[in-house]
Order: sequence, then structure tokens, then C-alpha cells
Amino acid sequence: MKKNKTNSRRIFLNKGLKLGLATVIGGVGLSKIGSKLNAKPNDSSGEKMELMTTDGNLVKVDSTEVIEIEHSQDYDKKYNVREGFSNRKFVMVVDLAKCKNALKCQISCNKNHYITGDNAWLKIYKMQESKETAPYWLPTACQHCDQPACVTVCPVDATFKRRDGIVLVDNTRCIGCRFCMAACPYSARVFNWKKPEQGDIISDMKMNNQVPSPDHAGLPSIKGTVDKCDFCPHEIKEGKLPHCVTACPNGVFYFGDKYEDSVTNGEETLRFSKLLQDKAGYRLMEGLGTEPSVYYLPPVDRLVDFKDGLEDFTEFQSVVKPE
Amino acid sequence: MKNYNKLLKDLAPTKFGKVGVIWTISLIVIIIIGIIAYVDQLIKGQVVTNMRDYALWGIYISNFVFFVATSFVGSITVAILRLTHNSWRTPIVRIAEIISLAAIIMAGITIMIDMARPDRLLNLFIHARMQSPITWDVIIIPTYIVLSFLLLYFPLLPDFAILKKHYKEKSPFLSRWYGRLSLKWTGSLSQKTIQIKSIKIIAFMIIPVGIILQTIDAWLFSTTFRIGWDSNNFAPYFITGAFVAGIAALITVIYVVRKIYKLENYITDLHFDKLGKLLALACLTYLYFNINEYLIPVFTAKKGEAIHLDTLFTGHYAILFWFVILVGLVVPILILLFKKGRKPLPMFLVGLTVVIGSWWKRYLIVTPTLLHPFLPIQGVPESWRHYFPSLHEWLITIATLAMALLIITVLIRYLPIIPIQRTADEQELLKIKNTES
Repeated sequence: MKKNKTNSRRIFLNKGLKLGLATVIGGVGLSKIGSKLNAKPNDSSGEKMELMTTDGNLVKVDSTEVIEIEHSQDYDKKYNVREGFSNRKFVMVVDLAKCKNALKCQISCNKNHYITGDNAWLKIYKMQESKETAPYWLPTACQHCDQPACVTVCPVDATFKRRDGIVLVDNTRCIGCRFCMAACPYSARVFNWKKPEQGDIISDMKMNNQVPSPDHAGLPSIKGTVDKCDFCPHEIKEGKLPHCVTACPNGVFYFGDKYEDSVTNGEETLRFSKLLQDKAGYRLMEGLGTEPSVYYLPPVDRLVDFKDGLEDFTEFQSVVKPE
Repeated sequence: MKNYNKLLKDLAPTKFGKVGVIWTISLIVIIIIGIIAYVDQLIKGQVVTNMRDYALWGIYISNFVFFVATSFVGSITVAILRLTHNSWRTPIVRIAEIISLAAIIMAGITIMIDMARPDRLLNLFIHARMQSPITWDVIIIPTYIVLSFLLLYFPLLPDFAILKKHYKEKSPFLSRWYGRLSLKWTGSLSQKTIQIKSIKIIAFMIIPVGIILQTIDAWLFSTTFRIGWDSNNFAPYFITGAFVAGIAALITVIYVVRKIYKLENYITDLHFDKLGKLLALACLTYLYFNINEYLIPVFTAKKGEAIHLDTLFTGHYAILFWFVILVGLVVPILILLFKKGRKPLPMFLVGLTVVIGSWWKRYLIVTPTLLHPFLPIQGVPESWRHYFPSLHEWLITIATLAMALLIITVLIRYLPIIPIQRTADEQELLKIKNTES
């Protein structure tokens, strides 16, 4: 008896499914036929209109074929934090020959981004590849990779890549798993292990008409989230250069737009491609395939002796904290 | 029938003695201390840990990996032994299932402890991105929890029905609960067919899901560029490591349970012998992958790899590294090769050292790599160059381990740890065979 009951239920379900499927197919078919029948007969009025195509050719089209369309809103031109500036691709060139570890870039970056933790976003490393080769100073920050490892591993899309090349962090979404920090080969990311003591940041930001947004590195910083160099889109928006570029007394940093093929350090503006060609530009850890947006010029014919930078070098401290 | 009554008396859950009560209370105390430490971490932020921008993951993650690894025991002993018709598994499967469930639940909790913003947990679903290995983990861990639970629950149904009857007079309250849990099990043929079929499907499913779980766990590390993690060897290395940790945990728990409940008649030397062989196999495979992982990079000695391996072989982590390799892996293999080594007591000691070795092994996988990034560590406080867990981290981690043990303890208290119905059936079969011959 029980078996019979389950059996009849199976049969019912089976039939129901088939019937349902048939109804769906039938419905779709009917609506297709209906739309064909309702189509207007193709009677051309004989009146031709002369139109210009987007690539500049003149064509004649029957007037009945012409349909007026609404102007599409130009989303491209509207600024969106996650999309970035349209038709721009920001790049930076760092001329290692000029760097003497003056640290002005770092101080300016710390001040303008209210960095009060123990780890700066912009760091100047004391580098020496091998005993025989010359030591040099290497300023690094986020490399704004075109194949960013950090963005790939983020589980919640809190860190994202914009079409203008900038990689930003949405610290109102970050869950603090620190996978991006593990993924970044450049150690560019810093974490807010405790509540950031940024002082009067809110009133300061209001005074400068800044609103919290990933554009301004998501300021104010939030406990338990990731921070990093933002390439200063808040400065770019006002037609200014990033803080590190303007602060450097030696013109080490060049910033610009790859599409315009020009970079500037505030004093001289150079052709980006030619600069890389002439001075054998390279990128850090090219072999990893991260495609950074920051290029380096080798430390040749240095203006200042490497040793001069040593007096500013502090191995265990990078952030000059406000008194 | 007399036999059956004895079986029931032996195997039905009984109240804890003094030791059991003290044990449970101390676990609860440890857990409460851990919860207090965790609340403090929530308030102050993860600054209370010793993790910093370089050692950005610590024992929370290595503990998580350990739990995930231990949970693999369910897939191995239960499913694989079932599918290979190894009938000696009967008295150990339930304990294996219990360990598996406890470990995977604790893995889920531990990974949330590591999250600095647990209040944003829902973002993992709202803004989920499929390309992130963490999202894969978010999918696979609940799947494994459900499967482990069902694999524990379905075979329990007949036993619940038996216990309902058994406790009818002794404890009506317990009897009512066992009755509810037995889902109106009568033992009819149709119920049995459905049950057997369901168990079979789950046993089939849990093997690939278990392997995927371990693999994703390995991919959390090997999808990064870091030296020591960026290894194609990692997934099988983690799977075999899980094999080792799971079986060792099983042996340890089985020994204790057998001792306390006096189950020598059910869990015999034969079972320890078989499990010992299984553990030896697991350790040998794991040793093989360890050789791949540590010795082949020595051959090419790329600069980063060489520095990393130096800290392990002769440097800062040398003592721990050689403890894990020798005491946690090589010596157990040597002991287990001898028949005397596979007796219960030596097996318990071996199991315990292997479990401890497995725990520290995960620590060695996570920590040293992070302290050797591509660019040198400069411009940060000196203490950021090292990592050793803080008091908060220890308290919380020990509490998670205690919580796993508490789950195991509670389940052992209220569930028949050896399947009653199955054992009865098997004994019946044996008797029939004996009378026939």
C-alpha cells in the first residue's frame, strides 16, 4: 500500500514536470510567432535620408528605417570612485639616481594621509643587490599593478582596480582577513591593528573639503582594515601632483599619464616612453607578472653619494610622528 | 538476547565519573577564559596579538589549518574504509565522525577569530567574489560541516531508537530526546533501505569534498607569491598531512575512550594494529611530500628559498623544525613498523606526539614564510621582525582546542560511541557462521 502511494506520487510528479516543460516551450513559441505577426509590413516610403556614420562616411537610408533614440547618458564621463577617471592611465617613474634618502616624500605622505601607525605607506629601502654592487636608495609604495595580486584574492571586492590604473581599498567593506597583504609581493599594505589615532582628522578633512572615500585612501582609517598608498586621486582631481612628487626636493618622482605619454616631477615634463628608453627604465620584480604602474630608472651617475643618505636612515622607525 | 542486553549495558552512554566531571568543568573554564580574551581582542583590536604588518597571520591561521586537517579523519576512516569493505572499522567509525565534526566546526570558528572585522561577516556573502580562495573556503567548509553531521547522524538513527527504549524507565527525559532524534525509527525494511542508501551517498560525497577542502586550504597559501608557499606540491602535501593529523587524533581519542569506558572487548589490539598500519602509511606518504617540499629547493638554492630554508634547518626555527620532522614523523614511522609498537599504549604515545607535531607543523608553514618577504623588512619597529604568539593568542587558541575537546566530550557522553545496532548485527552474523561451521 505504502509502495503504491509513493509510486503514484512519483508518477504525478513526473507528469507534472513534463506538462510544465511543454507549457513553457509552447508559451515561448507562441510569443515568438506573435511578435512576427505583429511586425509592420516592410513598405518603404521611397524617401531617403542622408546620414553620416561614426567613421565619417555618408550613407542613404530609407526614412522609415530611421528611429529616433534618446541620447544615452554618458556614463563614461561621470566620475565614479570604483571606475576612476576615464581615458587616463596613471604611471609613476622613480629616478633612483637622484634619491638621497631625504625622506621628504615620506613625511609629506604621512602628514597628508594622517598616518600615525608604525608603518608608512611610502618607504625608502636601503638596498644592495650583492656585495660587489653599489648600494642605493629605493623608494617604494603601492605599485598599482595592472595584474594586482591583492585584488585577485580579496573575497569581498574591498580592494579594486580602476580603469585609470589605480588600485584602491574600500575600508568600509574590508573584513580584515589580510589575504591581500599576504598576496602583495611588494609589502605595500599596512594594517590598522588598533583604533588609528589620527587626531582631529574629521575636522581637518572638513576644512579641506574632503569626504571619506577610497579616493582619499578611505580616510579616516578604520580599526581592523587595510590601508595603502592611493596614488592621490584627490590631488589629481584638482590638477595637482601626488604629495610625494611635490615634496621631493630632488625631483626623484615623475608622475603622469601613459596615454598622454608624458610624466612630470613638477619642474620638468618629459616624454614617458623616451625617458624609459633613454635611461633603461625597469619595474620591480617584473618576473612575477604583476605589471606594476611604477617604473624605476637605474641608480647610475648619482648626483649625491649614497652615504649622505645614511644619516637620515633609521632601521627600526619609518614614521616621523607628530609631536 | 542475553548477549544483546550485555551489549546494551556496555555500550549505552553512562554518566561521567569524577574524572569526567572535572575534565568537563576544566574545559569549560578554559573556554570562558578564552572568550574573555576574545572579547578583549574585539574591543582593543588585534593589537593585542603579536601579529603585525609582516607576520600578518599567526597561530589563528595555523590553528585553523590544523583543525581543517584533523577533520579529514571522517573522510578517511569512515568513507574510505566503508567503500573498501574493511569491516574492522565498526567500533571506531563513530569516534572518527565525532572528531571530524568537532574539528570542522572549530575550523569555521577559528577562521572568524582571525578576521579583524567579524561584524562584517555578511560581506562574504553580499559581496562575494568567486576568484578569491577565501570564497571557496566559505563554500566548502559549511558543505563539509553538513556532510560530516549527516554522516554522524544517519547511522545513529537505529541506536537512538534502541536508547529510547533503554532509558524509558531510567530517565524519561533522555528517552524522550532520543525518541525525537530517532525520527520515528522502527527498523522496517523500507526505512533501512533509505538509510543505507543515504549513508552510501554521503560516504561517496564526503571523499571528494574532503579532498577539495584540504586542497583549498593549501591553495590559500600557494595562490600567493610568497617563498615557501608558492609551491605546486602544496595541495597533496596538505592532503597527506591531514591524513596524518586525523588518524593520530583518532588513535589518541580512541585510547582514552577505551580506557575510561572499559571497552577492551570491543576495541581490541587488532584495531590498534590496523590503525597503526594506517598511520604508518600516512606518515610515510607525508614524509615523501616533505622531502619534495624541503629538499628539492635546496638543490637549486634560489636565494629566497635558501634564506627561508636556512632559518628552518639551522636558524631560528631549527629546534622546532627538527622536532616536528623527527619526533612528529620519522620516529613514529620507526615505532609503527614493529608489531610491538602497534600495541595500544605505545600507539597512544605515538598518536599524541604526532598530533602535537602536526599542530606545530602548521605553525612552521605559516610563520617563517611571512617573515621573509621579497623586499627587506626595514623602517618598522624591531619587534615586527619576529613573531611569537601573545598571551591573548595563546588563551584564545587553547580555548578553541578546548572547545573541540568539549564537543567531542559531550557527544561521547550522550551518543553510543560504538554503534550498538551494527555491533549486534555483526555478532549475530558471527554466531550464525559459527553454528554453521
